[in-house]
This record gives sequence, structure tokens and C-alpha cells, in this order.
Amino acid sequence: MKKSINILFFLVIAAGLVGCNNGNDKRSSSKGQGGLATNAAERVYVAPGEHDEFYAFMSGGFSGQLGVYGLPSGRLLKVLPVFSQNPESGYGYTEETKPMLNTSYGFVPWDDSHHPDISQTTGKLDGRWVFINGNNTPRIARIDLKNFETEEIIEIPNSAGNHSSSFITENTEYVVAGTRFSVPVPQKDMSIKDYKGNFKGALTFISVDPDSGRMGIKFQLMMPGFNYDLSHPGRDKSHGWFFFTTYNTEEAHTLLEVNASQNDKDFIAAVNWKKIEEYVNNGGGKKVPAKYAHNVRDEHTHTATSTMLDEVLTVNPMDVPGAVYFLPTPKSPHGCDVDPTGEYIIGNGKLSADLTVHSFTKMLDAIENEKFDGEAYGIPILNFEDILAGVVKQPGLGPLHTEFDGKGNAYTTFFISSEVVKWKVGTWEVLDRQPVFYSVGHGMIPGGNSREPFGKYFVALNKITKDRYLPTGPELTQSAQLFDITGDKMELLLDFPTIGEPHYAAAIPAEMVAPNSRKIYKLSENKHKHAVIQDSDVRVERDGKEVHIYMNMIRSHFNPDNIEGVKVGDKVYFHITNHEQDFDVPHGFAVIGANTAEMLIVPGKTETLVWEPKQVGVWPFYCTDFCSALHQEMQGYVRVSPADSDIELSWGLGED
Amino acid sequence: MIIGSLLLLGLFKFPLWNIVLGAPQYPDPLGMDIYIQGIQGVEEFDIQNIDGLNHYIGMKTIPKAEDMWEFEVFPLVIGIMVALGVIIGILGFFGKVSYKWFLGWFVVMSILGIMGMYDFNLWLIEYGTDLDPKAIMKLENLDGTPMTYKPPLLGYQKMLNFDVDSWPATGAYMIFAGMLLTVVAFFVGKKEWKSK
Repeated sequence: MKKSINILFFLVIAAGLVGCNNGNDKRSSSKGQGGLATNAAERVYVAPGEHDEFYAFMSGGFSGQLGVYGLPSGRLLKVLPVFSQNPESGYGYTEETKPMLNTSYGFVPWDDSHHPDISQTTGKLDGRWVFINGNNTPRIARIDLKNFETEEIIEIPNSAGNHSSSFITENTEYVVAGTRFSVPVPQKDMSIKDYKGNFKGALTFISVDPDSGRMGIKFQLMMPGFNYDLSHPGRDKSHGWFFFTTYNTEEAHTLLEVNASQNDKDFIAAVNWKKIEEYVNNGGGKKVPAKYAHNVRDEHTHTATSTMLDEVLTVNPMDVPGAVYFLPTPKSPHGCDVDPTGEYIIGNGKLSADLTVHSFTKMLDAIENEKFDGEAYGIPILNFEDILAGVVKQPGLGPLHTEFDGKGNAYTTFFISSEVVKWKVGTWEVLDRQPVFYSVGHGMIPGGNSREPFGKYFVALNKITKDRYLPTGPELTQSAQLFDITGDKMELLLDFPTIGEPHYAAAIPAEMVAPNSRKIYKLSENKHKHAVIQDSDVRVERDGKEVHIYMNMIRSHFNPDNIEGVKVGDKVYFHITNHEQDFDVPHGFAVIGANTAEMLIVPGKTETLVWEPKQVGVWPFYCTDFCSALHQEMQGYVRVSPADSDIELSWGLGED
Repeated sequence: MIIGSLLLLGLFKFPLWNIVLGAPQYPDPLGMDIYIQGIQGVEEFDIQNIDGLNHYIGMKTIPKAEDMWEFEVFPLVIGIMVALGVIIGILGFFGKVSYKWFLGWFVVMSILGIMGMYDFNLWLIEYGTDLDPKAIMKLENLDGTPMTYKPPLLGYQKMLNFDVDSWPATGAYMIFAGMLLTVVAFFVGKKEWKSK
């Protein structure tokens, strides 16, 4: 009681100080004097025309896309389409991009994107690609940071709920995709009640070509039928290992909220992927039939192709002794995080009040000395006490995920107690805690997933916003909150809304990406088979019921802009090349009644939209992107005649 | 003298003149470098983009090297002047010709330079005033006369939304330096002649 009176007394004094201070020097004090005296606004203010210090790539969650933000301003720079159709640009609607969304289930125009990760070289961000997982129909996408476009999507067979993905090893050797749901492998008609012992959990290692970035499934590790929640690569000393959290080691198949929460400890699966890679390179593993799509966009044809593959190499962990171990970890761990030195593996037991930290060195020692505590499906379980590095005692409720600042501190998010807690790696003492609004999922520090984090900001990625913004009906935005973490205490600077649900994010200094960002596609490098580079190649051709219009566009006209001879029942392909070679002059194309979307064509690119006219008439098309002073003049007509008409195809521009 | 005239060779490598067009929408301004052999964009697509903008006001496209006799004659003239300068220099060095030849070269070069500038200005006038009668934008000055778009020969001018800067470039500075050196050579020669 006395203590609290003292605190109250102190607060009154402090408030007095702030009050006095305000009169003279309102903005200069940055430390310790309360909200009124901070200069938080100044520290997130990026003046008009200035650029942000970091790019932040935030998962678009159930939008299926990737949000590109600037930090510290929190400004949304772009919604980058990945797993969902995007009528704004025509992604997933144009003939060139439709194959990107092809899967073994056919065309899947939506997904739930979760965990972006930026490519690395020797454990440091290299700013070449961002990888992100589609959770619902298991896929991994690679986004190129020169073009800021989705260049490749590979489907993951034998997986369901692609959640412990898409994390990369420290030289981007592999991007890893683990399954959340275990399923029958191969899929078959069987009773759900027979789950236990029969379902499998596939952990998929996708190799990444160091030059092209091209992905290919190297092997799938067929693990016991647990749920694999999140994963993290070892780095530095633990490079060569990968760690996956599991829950539902009970192998329940119904009412998981109760039945999967019974075991006192679940596991972190430690996978020695180098050992398995060697095994596979020496001919190990078993090829099994599996249908999955591999979709690649070519930079020069701007066109994606989808290839259906039919087998995958599986590895039974029992066949590679010493490749997989289980680290007992309390209470359904969610995040699995490895500190920048590679020594500490943090299990964020989401139903536990404590954080469990395993030691990589002790893990190796326990393996060497066979300090096992039983086994599960033949996989050795290491003794909990032998590998324990420490416990962060009672830091909060519902720990989900931990990031590192590269200065020996860790930052753990707590969903239930809605806070971020800073603690010291090695001593496990809690240094600071700050509330977040509300219910944070992941947190992110730029480069926090690498050997060398840029420990300036921490971004809390929140699931719930309630009253934080103006209400917008029952459905509200999610949010991100930016903390300055350069001082002893975390300081909340900014709170901004995000697209979809920002599950996880990855950020990188802007200077590592911005100088490489493409300005235009060169027409001279356009290899699209329907490109119209010369005006003399402009034409309209009929092939049965298909009409192909080979068109180009430049400020401020389409060539041709009058087309006749199209008939009801035709399938009309507009192949349009943007002849601009100037920065930031895209043209849009939209035609009345198209059952697709518009398409936005950037300078030098060719894209194709299909239109199926259903009525006789003269129908307009126009440019949708305000391109120039004569944008409103950038338009044209297609004459559509009855199906039995004998009007020949004709086209023109500027003729009377 | 020899060095001075050899500096003119720089014209084959460096632009003589540079015209830059900046506007609010062009934070990275468009620019053209005028060489004695032709006109090139400062960046790869600048000429194309300048032409694209100029079509609104009905300007002709920027001439290619083969469209103007100047781009054939200029290199020839410069080549001849360099050769002459070097020969005069060598002969002067061995005392075969008088130092006055140095000045003579300078005078000829100056006349050629002025003629070149005059020609350049004529071209700018033609380019800026001979507009397509079907131009998209036909603007008038306050006094009702049709607006023309001759870029400045030297200096800065505001033209519609564009800030136009026209200045000598590296090649021109090399000519100036070269010509200056020949004048220096003249005075050095004169001094030596007097001291003999």
C-alpha cells in the first residue's frame, strides 16, 4: 500500500514536470516523460517526397495477397497479388496470369497467405525474393523483388493446411513447407476415426536455384500424424537443422480444442536436413505418385505456364537414422524461433505461462550420449531436462512467437494477455512489457529471421482492432503497431490498419531493394508471342469462332481503335502491347460486359484479355488508367454483328 | 597548340550541347545530348519520350543522324581542323611556320564555331516553330499569336509545364579549352620569337 502511494506521488510530480516542460520545449524530449512529451509523430513522419527506411512485406492473410508497406510511416505502397485474383491489375484474369493460379484441383482463385520470408545469403538478407505460403490449397510462391511480381507458385502435394511454411535456410538452399493437418497419404476413402497411426504429416523441402530462384520439391519427410504448426531454420552454428513445432501429438481427430490439449508436452521436431539431403543425393527415398502444379512466369514473355507434375520423392524418417529427434516442449507450442546465433530454440507454448528455451549445443550432446526419454513412432524423444537452456518465467499468457534484435534481446508476442514482452537471451529475465491493441499474433523485426537483424523497430501484427479506428460496420480491419526498440524500453510510435490479416511479415532496408526496382519492360526485350512491336504488325485475325486482335497502345490511343467484323458467339482475344518506354505510364484496358476484369499493362508489356460479346451492337473499350491529358480520348469501338453476318474483319486508326 | 587542337577530338566522344526538360511529372528530367554525329537521349528512352510529349504540340520528331547534313559535315570539319592544328603545331614547333598561324587557326575555328551556333539556332527555330497544323494542343500567347516552342540556345526557359535548360556540355568545354590553349600557344610563340 505504501509503495503504491509512493508511485502515485511520483506520478503527480512527473505530471508536474511534464506540465512545466510543455510550456517551453514541447517536442525535444524523447525519453521517459510520458506520451505528451514524446516526439513519436516526428519519428514516423516521412515528409512528402521522402522515402521510408524499410520495406515491410506483410502477409495479406485471407486476402491471399502480400501487402507492401513502408516503415516507419506505415504507408501501404502496394497490394501485391499472389494467391488471389486481382481485378485491379487483371492478375488471375488475363491469359498470361491465369496459369499462376492453376493447381491439381483446377483453377483456385483464392488462398490464405501467411508467412513471408526474404531470401538470404550466409544468413543475411539479400533482397532478391520474398517467399510466401498459401495455407488452404498448399502452395508456395516466390515474388521477385526486381519486378515486384509473383514469378512462381509451386503446389505442395500430400499436405493440407500449409502452415509451418514458408521459411528459408540461410543460403536460400531450401524453402520449407510443413503441413498443419495430417492426412492419409496417399489420399483415400477411409473413416476419420482411423486417423491415429494412419495419417501422415509431410514436411516438404523445396530447393531453390541460386541463380534463377526456380523451385523444385527435393523431398518430403513423411512424419507421424501430428499437426505441424510453425517452423524455423537453424542458422549459423545450427545451420543444417530445421525445427518444427507440433501440437495434437494426441492425434485427436475431433474437438481438438480439448482433445489436442491433453498432453503436458508436445514436441519440437528437430530435422537434420543436411543428413537427409545426403541420403537423397545418394539415391535414398521413395518416389510416389502425386499430382501437383508448378507455375512459372517468364520475365520476357510476361506469360505464365503451368506444368502438372506426377511424382514426388518421399523419405521415411526411420530410413535415415539420426535425422529426426523430438524435443519435448510444453503445451501446444505455436512459434518455433531460433536466435541469431543459432544456439537457442524457443518454443512458444501457447497454453503455457512459461517460455521454453532449448539449447542447440545441449541437444547435440544429448543426441551423442543418447539421452533419450522414449520414442514416438520410432523417432527418439530427447530428455527435456537435458536439452533445456532456460525458462522465461511467467512472462505473459499465450506466447505465440519470438523475434530478436541482434543485441541479445528477444521479443515475444502474447496473444491472450495482448502484449509484447522483451527479455534477455541467456539470463531469461523480463526487461520490459508493452500492451498491444489487440491480441497480437506474430511480431516482426526487420531481418529478425536472419543472423543480422536490424534492431530498430518491432512491428506487432494484431488480429483484433475493436475500437482502435473509426468503426466500419461489424467487419473491421486488422492492424500493425510499430515500436521503437532502440532504447531500454519499447516505445509505441504508430498504429496502422493492414489488408487482410497480417500473420507474419518480413522487412528489409529499402536501400537493398529500391535501386533494383524495375521501371519499365523494354520493348526490345519483349518476347511475348502476341506482342505487336511494329505498327505494321497491328492486325485482326479470325480462327473459327476465335478472333485475335493484335493491338498496341501509346499516349493517347489504341491501334487499332475501330474494329468491325466481330460476331455474337465469338471469343475475342485482345492482345495488347503497351508501347510506352517511360516510367510510370501504364495503360488500362476495359471493354463493356467483359466477364473478367480490366487489365493494367505496364510499359513494354503485352497482356491478353478475353471478351465474349453476347449482343449485337457497337461496343466501346477505353483506357482505365489516367495516363495523359488526352486519357479521356483514349478509347475505341468494336462492332458486333449477328452470328450469321458476312461482314469481313476490318480495323483502323485515324481513318475517316 | 598540338594539345589544344587534339582536345577537339573529344567531340567524337563527348556531347557538344545538352538540353534538359524537367517537369513536375518528370522528377528525373528528360534530356538530349547533342553530339557532332547526332542526337542521343541522356537515358535510353529519353528521345522517344520527348517525341511522345512533343506530338501533343505538333513538333516534328527529333532528327536522326541521317536526317541532317550537319551530322555528316561536322565530324569532317572537326577532323580537318584537328589535322590542320596538329600540322601547324608541329611545323611551328620546328620553326617552319610563324606563330601567327596559331592565331589564324584560332580565328578560323572561332568563325566555324559561330557558324555552327548560328546553324544550331536556325534548327532550334525551325524545330520550335514549324508545327503540325493538326496538332492536338494549339496554344496562343497572351497577344493572340500562336505559341511556339523554340528551346533556348543558351540558358533556361520555362515552356508550358517544362523547365528547359540548354547548356554547353563536355565536348564544348573541351573546344573552349583547346581554343584557349591555341591562344596561349600564340603568345608563347610570340614571346619566344621576340626573345630570339
